[in-house]
Parts: sequence; structure tokens; C-alpha cells
Amino acid sequence: MSIARFWRETPRRYNLGGSNCTICGTVYFPPRAVCPTCPHHRQTLEKMVPFQLSGDGEVFSFTVVHDAAEGFEMQVPYVMALVKTVEGPVLTGQVVDISPGEVQIGLKVRATFRKLREEGKAGVIHYGYKFSPALESDVRPPSRGPTVPVETAAPTDRVSA
Amino acid sequence: MREVAVLGVGQTKFGELWDRSFREIGIEAGLQALVDAKLGSGDLGGLFLGNMASGSLLDQEHIAPLILDYAGLAGRHLPAVRVEGGGASGSLALHQGFLAVASGLYDFVVVGGAEKMTDVLDTTANEIISSTADHEWEVVFGATLPALWGLIARRHMHEFGTTREQLARVAVQMHQNGSKNPLAHYRNKLTVEQVVGAGEVAEPLGMLDCAPLSDGAAAVVLGPLDVARKYTDTPVRIAASEVACDTMAVQHRASVTTLESTVVAARRAFQRARRTPGDVTVAEVHDAYTISALLALEDLGFVEKGRAGPEFETGRFAPGGALVINPSGGLKAQGRPFGAVGVAQVVELVRQLRGEAKERQVSGATLALAHDVGGTGATSAVHLLERAD
Amino acid sequence: MDAGIVSYGAYVPRYRITPTEIGKVWGTDGEGMGLGLNVLRKSVPAPDEDTITISTEALRTALIRGAIDPQQIGALYVGSESHPYAVKPSATVVSQAVGATPNLTAADFEFACKAGTAAIQTCLGMVGSHMIRYGVAIGTDTSQGAPGDALEYSASAGGAAFVIGRENIIARVHRTLSYTTDTPDFWRREGQRYPSHGGRFTGEPAYFRHVTECANRMFEAVGSAPKDYQHVVFHQPNGKFPQRVGKQLGFSEAQMRYGLVTPYIGNTYSGAALIGLANVLDHAKPGERILMVGYGSGAGSDAFDLEATDAIASFDRSYGRLIQEYLDGGVEIPYAVYAKFRGKIHMGGS
Repeated sequence: MSIARFWRETPRRYNLGGSNCTICGTVYFPPRAVCPTCPHHRQTLEKMVPFQLSGDGEVFSFTVVHDAAEGFEMQVPYVMALVKTVEGPVLTGQVVDISPGEVQIGLKVRATFRKLREEGKAGVIHYGYKFSPALESDVRPPSRGPTVPVETAAPTDRVSA
Repeated sequence: MREVAVLGVGQTKFGELWDRSFREIGIEAGLQALVDAKLGSGDLGGLFLGNMASGSLLDQEHIAPLILDYAGLAGRHLPAVRVEGGGASGSLALHQGFLAVASGLYDFVVVGGAEKMTDVLDTTANEIISSTADHEWEVVFGATLPALWGLIARRHMHEFGTTREQLARVAVQMHQNGSKNPLAHYRNKLTVEQVVGAGEVAEPLGMLDCAPLSDGAAAVVLGPLDVARKYTDTPVRIAASEVACDTMAVQHRASVTTLESTVVAARRAFQRARRTPGDVTVAEVHDAYTISALLALEDLGFVEKGRAGPEFETGRFAPGGALVINPSGGLKAQGRPFGAVGVAQVVELVRQLRGEAKERQVSGATLALAHDVGGTGATSAVHLLERAD
Repeated sequence: MDAGIVSYGAYVPRYRITPTEIGKVWGTDGEGMGLGLNVLRKSVPAPDEDTITISTEALRTALIRGAIDPQQIGALYVGSESHPYAVKPSATVVSQAVGATPNLTAADFEFACKAGTAAIQTCLGMVGSHMIRYGVAIGTDTSQGAPGDALEYSASAGGAAFVIGRENIIARVHRTLSYTTDTPDFWRREGQRYPSHGGRFTGEPAYFRHVTECANRMFEAVGSAPKDYQHVVFHQPNGKFPQRVGKQLGFSEAQMRYGLVTPYIGNTYSGAALIGLANVLDHAKPGERILMVGYGSGAGSDAFDLEATDAIASFDRSYGRLIQEYLDGGVEIPYAVYAKFRGKIHMGGS
């Protein structure tokens, strides 16, 4: 996979930068330039704003993968899940730090930062989100700082809606 | 719009065709179809070729003129177009051919589907087929195509109580059907115990829940229905050709246990043909994974949502039932040469409607349905076929 | 000094292996080795973990606990001797992953096991001089000992991140100073996979001399004595060295209690003293005084004289794990899985 192709998605893959439709309020991940929910899509063109997911969610479905995707051979058997985030979007990601037999639908998870792939021994290392079981103690203090600014979706001038 | 008929069909054996090249199998299927249609190549208006991934599988793009050339038709300078829609490439090519004839622009076209999957290592082939899912937001994170269907299967089990054994029943039935198909990749029979006990791929799906990587090609000749009798005694009318799309990634679906693209394509097809699911007597549906077949039965309207597992288990979709599913053995047993699948489904159904299916002939086959899926359901195609004599 | 620790977080990977299990493979008395080193278990990173991911997890915890706006971070340093890249900073990935980019300076530090404490000193200088509002110092390693080498019984993975600032300080730094010489006790040449060491030479002329001299310099500089500190943290390449140096300097078991973590998770190199300090901060009460003396081969020591402030009493540690959970927790794996996770199995191909 080319360097630029991965690199340009780092705000999403590192920081869960999604988007939010300011008309209907729906949150999307990855970010979208046009809101699929609003009846008049084109009116939402300039109305999608960056939105950062917290990374908290729960397992909506899961599979234990034995026949690995390229680059994941060392982790077999590994758990892939659909994770429904507290903000709404569902993400596809690995669930780590748990025995496959302990995963079940409804398991509370949170995003964690891991290596996704390596371009061979000499190439670039790609990082991004995976999920791990949430700690019961994980209470986010109410007074968090401002959310991290994330880059928006594709520039709207490239969209033909 | 003109009515469109299938005038001829052809298909190679599906399987690991080590000694045969992409162009050989492509031409074999196409010429068989032309011979079957008793059509001279001089009558042809063009070629539509369904193919998923010749570029990554064979390092060869631009394959439609290549097949045309080796069919001896380069000198006629016909238009030849490759059509791609993941695993549904063949059906999309069929849809394009249908539109071309229906519009009146072309009179006769060959629609082919071909894939040569065994010229790369199976690990490479698996990477390539996974690219029919959303590479950036599913595959990069470790998902494979079977893993995504595994997610769908798990959720289906969770929501509807579908069991591991019910999934296995699909594979068992497909191999039973395929055992009567001389073109099938697999003709061996399986037991539920064998399927459940096979090596895991992406739980709950095991090795025997997944269709194989096959080489193969299929072709049909389409023409206007009103002149069809000149070419064949048994013309088959395409009563509907519908394609519907959905989100690329499973994660973005309102429900992960319904292929909305299939629901919509089927609804449009039945409306267009003024028929209902109850009228269908034989169907070839997408069963790349055992769960795919159960979803297909539900989303095409043959059973209530969530009921496919127990309903299939009763055997009502086996040969002898009122609706026979995948008499060819389906993708599971007949094989899965991606771009060829959608065309091969129609080849089988035409043979069924003509009464030429020999050992696997479904008695009283009248309205037939072909259902093809790309990726995890970003594309679905539904074709309805019936005898026109 | 007008600066100190305003927040902290640590991360230790989930997997553990025991010296007994390692000894089984090499036909040695692993249990005896472990007892001799006072290392009961060591942590092992998963195949998808490295210094960058561990640093990011530790820092994310610190930022959430301290409710710190990552955009206010002016400097971020990752100290490690196991940076995933020889060229290309770990610090840029970590900065991006916590949302601190682009208006900050970032760099990787390397000074064997004291790269993390060196990073704290740098941040103290920059924050204290009002160059920046917050500085982040991280010490993390996923170091490896050569298979069968004595180091294999202790070399582990983990890290801790400290946010240095001037407001809402939970541990004020009264003084920091260092002791540095050219002493080749432990090294890894460019391109070499595993480090080399001088065996017993790593002891007296290296670890003990530098830690002792540095601690004594600190006592002299601030006019203190061991009895003035409630807690002491030393670099801890094993569980034995810090106990011995502490005793030599006149510290009691009670003073060393929280600062000693290596027996339970192994030697996390650049993370070792910092995870020890994090454990002390998990328990420290307002007004308690802490001495930390790091050590890095090559060689040098950094000493810190700290005091927990009133703010530590209300510091919210509910996000992330307490160090004690890392010391108690984990999942033990056999040597074969450890070898696979650590890339010790030759896979063929390219």
C-alpha cells in the first residue's frame, strides 16, 4: 500500500476523526462530504463539520479470524468486530487484549492505538485504531479540553453531488 | 424497450484448470454459446465481459478486446467492454448486454464472464477477493471477505437463533446438488459433521462454509425476443434484469443481517415482471458463504427474515421441492470463478428452463431467478427468466 | 523550580513470561535465575505493540487524567532504546496520535535506560523558562535480550508519560542534576538486533557508581538525607540492583516499596524508573518527598528531588490503570508464543 494513501488517512486512523451533519446531527466515520441521511443531500455539502469519536463503544458482532489477512498472520487467531460507538457510527476493527473465547456481543470496548501493518521489514509501519476491553474504572473527567481539531473529509470542490 | 431473450449458452468446467489459460476458457465458453444459438459471428453487435480482477490476478487489463481477438473477431472491429462489480461482475455484464439489446442499439450480443484465479497463490487470491470489500475501512484493519461474512453470520445467529448446523446444511445440500453437475468444481458429498468439524476460517464460518477459488468461464448470447424463434426452439425471455447497490462497508448498513441491495433488486425485478417470489420454481442464489445463501432466501422474499436457517433445514429447497435452490451446486460446489458466476447462474437456469439439465433437471421449471452479489452486498443483481415459447 | 509533574499515565502490555519458562528452553535454572535477579515475571508486548503504541497509550491516559488540551503541548520527547525506526521519530507519530500536532517541537531521545529521565529534564528547562506551556516526557521500551542471554530473563516492555507544566502541579520538582561519564557497560551497535554488555562490569563501575554518586550529589545540593524522603525510585534493570543501592545509600524497604516494580513486570529500560515513579505517585500524599535516580548505560544518572503537592490529593486517576493493576495482572504465555510475538522465529521469505 502506498505511503501517501495511508498517510492521508492518519487523522482518521490515529484519532477517529469523523464528521457531523449540522443539519440532522448524524455522526459519520469515516467523515463524509455529503450527508446520506438528509433528504436533500446537496444542501449538506457545506454543512458537514469535523467530529471526533471518543473511541468508546460495544461489540455489535464479531468473528474469530483463523485465515489471516496479509500482515496479520502473527496474531492468529484474532478477533475482528463491528464496534458500535457511543456516538453512533459502527467501526470495523480488531479486538485485542482478550482471549477470543471471552468476546461476546455487547462487550464494552474502547479504542487503542496499535500497529496495523508493516511494509515489510524495511518499510513504513502503519498505525491505527483497534479496540480493547474497556476498564470498569474508565471514567472520563467531565472537564475535558477542547476536542482535537481534525481535518475534514475530502474537499467539497471534489464532490459532484 | 424491446423484449430480450437468451438464445444460446456455454460454460467451461469450473475448478483448478492448471493447463488452461484465461483466453482459452473465455473463448471456449463464448464459442459454445454462439454455436448453441446457431448464430454467425457476423450477426454480433458486441461483447460484454464480466471480470473482477484480471489486472491483479493475471497482470492483464484490457481483456475484452483480448477475448474478442482470440475468438477470431478482431477483424470485425466489434465493441468489446469489460464490466466489473466484484463478485457480481458477470451479472453486471449481463445487465449491460440486456440494456444494449433492449434499447435496440445492438441486435445480438455475447455476454461472457471469466476469471482465472489459480495463476496466483491462494493467499494472494484471497487478498484480491477481499478488495471487493472496503479496503480502506475494513480490509486494512484485518478483515477478509470471509471475516466480514463471519460478522454477518454471528449477528444473524444472535438476532434469529440461526445455528451452526443450519449453516452447515447449506454446504451439505450444495455439494449434494453439485455431485450431479459434470462442470462442478466439487462433486463430493459432505455431512453436517464434516462441515462443522472442518478448519475454522472466520468463526462461525469454516473451510467448508466457503466457496472455493475456481477458474472458469460462462457465456450467453442475447437477442431480441421477437426474432428468437429463428435461432432456437427454446428461447428464454429475460423477464427482468435489475441491479441495486448499497454501502460499500458492512459497518455502514442499517442492518447487517439484511442485504438491502438484494431486497431492492428483487423487489424491482418482481415488479417489472409482475410476478412474486412464490412464482419462482428454480433459483441460483449467491452462496459464496453458507450464511450468504440464508440471507439470499430471506432477502429475495422466499422466507421470512430470520427464518432461513430452520426453513432450509426442512429440505424444502432441495430438488423435488416447490422451489429448488442452486441445482448447479451453487458457488459452493459448482465453484466460484468470480466474474463468471453471474453468467454461469443464467446458463444453468436456461438449461433448466429448456429441460436440458439431465440428472439435475428440476421438474416443472417455469420462472427462474438468478441472484448475484458483489463484495458483502454493495452490489446485488437479480435476473428473472422464463420460457418464451 | 517553577515546574513539575501535572499529570502522568503508564502502560504495560498484557502478556507475561516467567524466568522459569525461559530457563526451560535453555536448560538453565530459570527459577534460580529469577530469584537471583529478583524478577518474578516480565511483560511481553503483543506483535502489534511497540515503543510508539505504548507511548501513545501512556500519554493518552495522562492527557485524559489531567484534562490537558493536547494543542497546548509545546514539546514532546520519547526516550527509548527500541524506537521502531532507526531514522524517523517515534515522537511525531505519538504527537499526531494524541492530537498535539503541528505546533510543537518533538524528538526522540536515546540514552540507554535513562532517555526518559533526560526527557523530563529537558521539559523542565523549557517549561521553567516559559518557552512552552506543557512538555511531555515519555520513557518506553520493548527491549530484547539475545535468546539465552542473561538479559532475556529481565528485558520487558512498558512505558510512562509525564506532562510537565507550571499550573496544577501534583509533584513539584525542587531540583534535578546528573552524573555522566564515558563507561561502556552496555551497548547496541547500529544494525545489531540485540544489545551486548560487559557482564559484571555493568555493576560496580557502572550502575552502582553512577547512581550512588548522583544521589550523593543531590543530598549535597539540596542539603537532604535519605531520611527526608518518604519514597525513593531507582533505575531497576532487575529487582536486585535497586535494593542493594538503596540499602547502601541508607534507604529502608518502606521507602523503596512503591518505587520498585521490576520484580513484577521486568526491566522496561527507559520506562523502568518512570513506571516506578508513576507507582509512587499513585500512592503519594501531599507533602511527601520523593527521590528518583535514573541510570542509563554508557553511562549516566539523573536525579530528581520531588514533592507531592496538595493537588495530588484530588488528582483523578480513574481513567486508565493504576500501576498496581499492571503489577498484579497480565496473562502468562509459554516461550514459543513469546518467541513468535518477539519475532525470534525465522519465517523465511523476504
